[in-house]
Amino acid sequence: MTTLPDVVAEETGTGEGWRRLSPRMLVVHPLNELLRAAPALLAVLVVGATSGRGPWWSVAGAGALVLMGILRWFTTTYRVTPRQVQVRKGLVRRRVLTVPTDRVRTVDVDAQALHRILGLAKVSIGTGRSDKSDEGIKLDALSKGAAERLRGELLHRRPVAVQAGENTEGNVPAPDPEVVLASLQPGWIKYGPFTLSGFVTVGIVAAFVFRLISESNVDPDRFGPFRVVFHHLSSVSIARAISEAIVTLVVVVVVASTVGYVLAFWNYRLTRHSGGTLHVSRGAISTRSTTIEERRLRGVEISEPLLLRAVKGARILAITTGLRVGRGAERGGTLLLPPAPRDEAERVARDVLTDPAAVSAGLVSHGPRARRRRYNRALGMCAILVGILFVLWATDVAGLDLALASLVLLPIGALLAADRYRSLGHAVSESPSGATLVGRHGSLVRRRVMLSRDGIIGWNVHQSFFQRRSGLATLIATTAAGHQHYEIVDVELAEALRVADQALPGLVTPFLVHPNV
Amino acid sequence: MGFPTNSTRAGTGEAVELRLPRNKVSPRAKAYWFVRALIGWIVLFAAELVWFLTGDDANAGLHVTGLVVTVVVAAAHLVIMPRWRFAVHRWEITPDAVYTRSGWIDQEWRIAPVSRIQTVDSERGVLQRLFGLSDLTVTTASSAGALKIHGLDVEVAQRAADELTGNAVASEGDAT
Repeated sequence: MTTLPDVVAEETGTGEGWRRLSPRMLVVHPLNELLRAAPALLAVLVVGATSGRGPWWSVAGAGALVLMGILRWFTTTYRVTPRQVQVRKGLVRRRVLTVPTDRVRTVDVDAQALHRILGLAKVSIGTGRSDKSDEGIKLDALSKGAAERLRGELLHRRPVAVQAGENTEGNVPAPDPEVVLASLQPGWIKYGPFTLSGFVTVGIVAAFVFRLISESNVDPDRFGPFRVVFHHLSSVSIARAISEAIVTLVVVVVVASTVGYVLAFWNYRLTRHSGGTLHVSRGAISTRSTTIEERRLRGVEISEPLLLRAVKGARILAITTGLRVGRGAERGGTLLLPPAPRDEAERVARDVLTDPAAVSAGLVSHGPRARRRRYNRALGMCAILVGILFVLWATDVAGLDLALASLVLLPIGALLAADRYRSLGHAVSESPSGATLVGRHGSLVRRRVMLSRDGIIGWNVHQSFFQRRSGLATLIATTAAGHQHYEIVDVELAEALRVADQALPGLVTPFLVHPNV
Repeated sequence: MGFPTNSTRAGTGEAVELRLPRNKVSPRAKAYWFVRALIGWIVLFAAELVWFLTGDDANAGLHVTGLVVTVVVAAAHLVIMPRWRFAVHRWEITPDAVYTRSGWIDQEWRIAPVSRIQTVDSERGVLQRLFGLSDLTVTTASSAGALKIHGLDVEVAQRAADELTGNAVASEGDAT
């Protein structure tokens, strides 16, 4: 019945092709909870939990989670048939999730450190169902070999062979020739510090230390290193203390960002496979590899956070159905290229797009009214803040120095507005291989979105009260991929309609009128 | 401005606008919006009144001012909002596309091709039933692309839904 007999042999399968997750998960759940409860456990074991029951509750909670994890292993089974992938789960409320194999868009295999040590990998199967929050199927976790074979089975399948029935061909797809589109270059590591991902790491460490302190009821003053730091900071002037703290923070963030970059993108490779898929793999300790069906790739986004832009770096995110754009350095697996030189980003974008001309297409700027709006918005916000602080000063709530200091917001706002206007631009690129809607916006993160014609479903044209007054509109292309909608902000209404008509011919045409004719 | 040389300024093309979608929603929608908003205002007014009557008398002036302001704002809202929304809300279904305009202060036009429609829902709340109204929601594979038509006559909504589900034969596979 099953098309993956060797996987069945490896996992402890039950009748009719239903198989379980890897039994090694029975070890992972307790270990994971142990790690998460570490501060509480440390507090209980080392310090002896002098007062309060807090730590004990944490330990009990961790125990309950371990029990649930183990139950989950016993209640979760899955199977793969030529036509569908099914997962059964739930103890009280049994659910069967079914995904037809021809709806599978992406397969994401990732392994956190612990999974990796135990030879496990988590498999997330993405479908095009983006309107529901619980999209797709997650299998946490299979053995590494089983995960890889499942990926091959789902995405490198040969439709004819699959439809012909069961086991007509070799089950493991022949090792297909791959073309390397990009791989991590040592020189790229210099972009690490400019990603600021270290802030997150610092935050996590700080939260851990804070929790350890609060759960163990230890007075931080009694700890050697803390006492030395406090003592030092209170012995110098405030200005010096602040500048020392800032320098320390910057150094720590730079180091953490660089280390984070290396750990996340070690062994990064972007490859194209003959089965029509793109494959991104990376990671030093936790590994992640994402497979995207190329005909589901609707476009790419070149994004340049301000700092990265300053050193001419950029990264690429995929716009594809079945993968939602997530948060953090990984962007939910949509990252096609980690922070790298801009030229490299453009080269990779040209390689993966059906319409390579879109990458270098010249952009149409949005004109003086859009520029005025950028200034009105940026300066308006700043002026309100400044105004509030002056009112607070006038009513003796806050000091004059604070109000005066806030005046520095105005030039910053003006710079931001100027840069935001400079970023604004759009174009429709047409070449024999396809047409692409190109839009660029943003300053703190400048994004150039390239969305192919077949990815666009329809249009929303939005006009706020103020936009209506200045004859501007925001053109929103709706799509089933990526963020679900991509915007061209503050473009003149007539131009927005022209762009919509050119990017997706025919759809808006019947609704257009030419008032002057 | 640092753009490539082939860039041009926007808006140099001929003037073009979106024409209004052909149909207005049911005139009864005005009454429905009025009643719905009225209920909200009455709840707020009642809450203020209870607070006034149970509170101490020291702030009586403030309470009365609050009540008066509430009544004035409510009256303005109730007079203006239903007419304005009725003027703005429009819809149209052609064999190829669904076209709506909605909003009040902010306005939005939405266009979706019939070939990419995934679901058509018509929905009726308790209050809407009293007015013989129905909401129609047309969704596509994009979660940002749903078209909502509020305040349609029940029969019109039903006919529109039938027409759309008849036209949308999911011609392109799963229409993503």
